[in-house]
Amino acid sequence: MSLAHRANAFGARLRPLFGIAALIGLWAFVHATRAVDPVLLPSPLEALAAFWNGLAHGTLWGDFFKTIVRTVTSFGLALVIAVPLGIVLGSNEKIYESIEFAIDFFRSTPASAMFPLFLVLFGVGEATKIAVAAFGAALAILFNVAYGVMSARKQRQLAAKVMGAPRWRVLTDVILLESMPQVFVGMRSGVSIALVIVIVAEMFIGSTDGLGQRIMNAQTIFDMPDMYASIFAAGLLGYVMNLVFLVAERRFVHWGGK
Amino acid sequence: MRTMSTHLPIGTAAPDAADGGASHRWYPKGTHITIRGLTKRFQDATIYDNFDLDIPKGKIVSVFGPNGCGKSTLINMIAGILPCDSGQILFEGKEARETRIGYVFQNYREAVFPWLRAIDNIRYPLQYLNLSKVEQQSRMDRLMESFDVKLDLQRYPYQMSGGQQQLVSIMRALVVDPEVLFLDEPFSALDYEMVMFLRERLQKVLVERRTTTLLVSHDLDEAVLLADEVLLLTKRPTRVAENLPFDVARPRTADTTITPAFIATKTRALDVFQREVRKP
Repeated sequence: MSLAHRANAFGARLRPLFGIAALIGLWAFVHATRAVDPVLLPSPLEALAAFWNGLAHGTLWGDFFKTIVRTVTSFGLALVIAVPLGIVLGSNEKIYESIEFAIDFFRSTPASAMFPLFLVLFGVGEATKIAVAAFGAALAILFNVAYGVMSARKQRQLAAKVMGAPRWRVLTDVILLESMPQVFVGMRSGVSIALVIVIVAEMFIGSTDGLGQRIMNAQTIFDMPDMYASIFAAGLLGYVMNLVFLVAERRFVHWGGK
Repeated sequence: MRTMSTHLPIGTAAPDAADGGASHRWYPKGTHITIRGLTKRFQDATIYDNFDLDIPKGKIVSVFGPNGCGKSTLINMIAGILPCDSGQILFEGKEARETRIGYVFQNYREAVFPWLRAIDNIRYPLQYLNLSKVEQQSRMDRLMESFDVKLDLQRYPYQMSGGQQQLVSIMRALVVDPEVLFLDEPFSALDYEMVMFLRERLQKVLVERRTTTLLVSHDLDEAVLLADEVLLLTKRPTRVAENLPFDVARPRTADTTITPAFIATKTRALDVFQREVRKP
């Protein structure tokens, strides 16, 4: 392999990082030229230091962890409720047709619009945050599972049927596996909806911890490095959760797209 | 050879029911599948109207006919994966669901299970037969021996060529030692080398086991080459135009297609086909 070729291959591997490098470069440049008030826009290094210190010595990790727990709990709750319901719905056309409109309507309703209702139902506490997030995530999962089950192609089901598989085995051996790619789509959008709602809930419904509350606090007291650090933590959390599902999908649905 | 006889030695499309009972006398080897009064409509089109047919036991019957006459519809109704509007289909008196059926689809990509390894695809239908583990394994061993496959069955279907996937699909259909095997244009999407290989193995196994087989083909050469009988259908509403026996010795290969017997049968089939297609 020639040197030029090797350099090329190296460049190709680094290419995905160019965007982030450019963004940080621009940030550093704006900070250095004082184009924006340095109180509002600290240097990237200050923000990084705040992130690192917050995790290592401060309370950032505690808030980070709280948000993770809330998001995972509400997502888990949504999964347990929505997957079985989605299967029932998807495999029964008549039930689906009769409640499709209702699901679609609530799916189109911003979950944050439900905060006051859930506050009345569950009070100002942990339960409301988790319930609203689970509600939003569950609708996304439900819809995708039902859709996946419903649109599973017929031929493999016929193949299983002709081999003597009873109806429930056609469901477990064929339809569920056929719908897996769609189920993963639902899980990915469900977990990101759960995170969005948890962060918003932490900001506005009587929270004392969590990344949302931390971002809000930092902004109120003009602790900008910590605010950026907390925003970065929230972004990292969303990115990693998405990545986890992508990797899980690639491993589990190994036949997908082939 | 008596290939040219034009009376119906085993099948009949006579719509009047009186013929149904009497026609049994024509089949010394016994009938396997009896179809009586079969009716099927799609929206406004009547595909089958009071259709009768007898299919002999232990033979390979090719189904050939004009486009849209319902070849696949027919075998799907017989196999029990497509409901008919009315009529009766019995396998020596039994229903389809009481019968061990093997079915090979044209579109192998959507017939094999991509989440299972090839070997588990082939093994899959055995679980529904109430066999002991030992018996299941001996079925697998026997099948492997008959097919003598050289490919790695630990791979997943998407790691295989189209022909290999269809081979897996055929083996999956045969592992249960089916009473009836249905083949819906099984070779139409494969390269010729693979087609020759699959035809050879399939014939060997079917002749060994004397499995009643229904083959739908859009390729007249193939329909005649593999058949003990070529069932020629009319345009819809579909009837049996003719039932041509073809009893040349097996194994039949590409060389069979240049023998006079083959050419005579194919010519006759083509005549009937063209006569039917030209009808208004």
